[in-house]
Amino acid sequence: MSTLTQTPAPRRPSGRWAGWAFLAPVTVYLVAFYAYPMYRNIDLSLRHYTVRSFVDGDAPFTGLANYSKVFSDPTFAPALEHTLIFTFVSLFFQFWIGMGLAVFFSKHFRLSATLRALFLVPWLLPLIVSASTWSWMLNSDSGVVNHALHAFGIAPVDWLTSPTWSLASVIVANIWIGIPFNLVVLYSGLQAVPADVYEAAALDGASAWQRFWKITFPLLRPVSAITLLLGLVYTLKVFDIIWIMTKGGPAGSSTTFATWSYRLGFGNLLPEFGPGAAVGNLLVVMALAFGLIYIRAQRKQQVA
Amino acid sequence: MKAQSIARRVACAGLALAVTGGAAACSKTSSSPSASSGGSQGGGGGTYTVWDPYPQFDGSSDWSKLLDKCGSDAGVSIKRTGYDTSDLTNKELLAAQQGNSPDVLIVDNPVVSTLADAGVLTDTGQTSLDTSGISPNLLAAGQLAGKTYGIPIGANTLALYYNKAVLAAAGVDIASVKDWPSLTAALAKVKAAGKKGITFSAIGTEEGSFQFLPWFWGSGANLTKLDSSQAASALSLWTDWLKKGYAPNSVINNTQTTSWQEFATGQYAFSENGTWQLANAKKAGFDYGIIPIPAMSGGTAAAPTGGEFVTIPVQSKTDRYATTQKLVACLTSADNAYATDTTLSYIGATQAVQTKQAASPDLKPWVDAVAAAKGRTSDNLGTKYPKISQPLWTAMQAALSGSASPASALGTAQSAAAAATK
Repeated sequence: MSTLTQTPAPRRPSGRWAGWAFLAPVTVYLVAFYAYPMYRNIDLSLRHYTVRSFVDGDAPFTGLANYSKVFSDPTFAPALEHTLIFTFVSLFFQFWIGMGLAVFFSKHFRLSATLRALFLVPWLLPLIVSASTWSWMLNSDSGVVNHALHAFGIAPVDWLTSPTWSLASVIVANIWIGIPFNLVVLYSGLQAVPADVYEAAALDGASAWQRFWKITFPLLRPVSAITLLLGLVYTLKVFDIIWIMTKGGPAGSSTTFATWSYRLGFGNLLPEFGPGAAVGNLLVVMALAFGLIYIRAQRKQQVA
Repeated sequence: MKAQSIARRVACAGLALAVTGGAAACSKTSSSPSASSGGSQGGGGGTYTVWDPYPQFDGSSDWSKLLDKCGSDAGVSIKRTGYDTSDLTNKELLAAQQGNSPDVLIVDNPVVSTLADAGVLTDTGQTSLDTSGISPNLLAAGQLAGKTYGIPIGANTLALYYNKAVLAAAGVDIASVKDWPSLTAALAKVKAAGKKGITFSAIGTEEGSFQFLPWFWGSGANLTKLDSSQAASALSLWTDWLKKGYAPNSVINNTQTTSWQEFATGQYAFSENGTWQLANAKKAGFDYGIIPIPAMSGGTAAAPTGGEFVTIPVQSKTDRYATTQKLVACLTSADNAYATDTTLSYIGATQAVQTKQAASPDLKPWVDAVAAAKGRTSDNLGTKYPKISQPLWTAMQAALSGSASPASALGTAQSAAAAATK
């Protein structure tokens, strides 16, 4: 530390060494845990791996063959569609329900803290527990949801076993799991909005609806943007819920890129590491693209 | 073919994105079993590693004790690790890549030909293992191009459990169930009596193919031609059961464990399930019976064999094989195999063990079923089997969920399988 605090001559070599030394841990960490796996995954997606060549480590370089295999696979178009539907429908509902609850809880009332804590439960439960519970609730024959529908005289729905409903079912479960995250982040964002702005607006006779759209929402915009971006990255790669509830089925009707990648790499008796890695990389590219859009939008806002 | 643990798969979820990025990192930290032996002293002493798919057995189990006993007989100590069965293949592939395979690997039978093809396993000629006592239909799953790559530790297979009270209430005589039409007629009677027909597992994994194969083979269909009219009739049988309400819609997502839980409610007349449920059947609290799965027009359908093979992975130090061979011979010797098969609820792989087991009325139907059973990788399918099985279960799911007719689903499956095995 002493070299850094008393550096009248910043060009001194020892100072530069200290700088590198401080940089080293994070660099090593990033290289070991981000760059190297990423490199391996890209390398994997560019080679033709069979079980034998995986063991011998001499898989031939095949360029983009795995990617063209993935693109021409009949699973590709439906999986892309399901990934986008899953992500955007989940995000839309998670965000607005989370926002509604955040505004609701920002009015301090009795038990509001307790209730808010209870809303965090879906977040705290291990995914294996919540996904198994959902798949039990939505079971066609013994599920509690069909039981309830029956009480209202509605015919049972094959939530998880019909191609028309399976995607909707996993989306509903995913929305439920994602609400607490949106609630927490937006709620903390609301704390930063000064109360006197609302007081002034109330004095001017603004209705609750106007206060939300004219004050809360604009002031929350930066927080909302980061919430949506993080939510997007999380949702794109959601795997466990879908795998536990439907395994991506029936007949691929709830297959997303994440479950497809897993199925290719691990879900069969015979692993297909190359195409599996290629699908994984497509997901990374998608997340990256949205990240760049976010950064661009943020820059524009700063300039404005 | 044990119930696959979801938890394990979920643990792998993080790996889904960086398929081997994470895996490569895992393998770095694993210690080398061969290195830990401290150099084998001419076959005597040292530590020999054993990997098995029986994580349910801890250090105090009979299985562990048997391993230790076989080890001390051979003058070595044993280091055993139990993995989840769905994990073991990838674990072994990574270990082989790093050159630190275990000395003994006990692995699910359809995987043997894949590992053998990858050059991971030694054949019995190299290690002079004796396979003469093993039933040929069971040994076939471990054979590839004329060589044998392991010894089955035992076998399990599928049959139909039935609930005597439900059948009696519906007025069905089990002796009348001999072929598909009579089985379907029995299901109709059960449904008319207000009970439920049959449960099975048609999940979109290998487990689903495993359950469908007895019907597939029972129709006379062959795995090399998925779109035959016989195959379509097998799939139509299941699809019609679902349509008519003889089987619950939940079979599409049922594992063999969840399908058993449905049967255990006592509401169902039949359940297609395996030898390993025998202990649970005794606990179910109702009278049950077992019949072999009927073929389309009578007789017993061939069911696929489940169960593990004891294999010897390739080592860089070939002088270890002599001791490993002693270990494997000890594990698979008649008395030890009988004890192991009893704990695992398996049927023995040798005539000697099977004769002993057939004396028990509980096991008699299973011994017969295993005798009629057939390995999934037999018929010289070997490593092609996984590439056929996946299109097959996809077709099954498409037809059962109503998104395609059985014939067109199987047509798609055949073109996918043909492209994959070309």
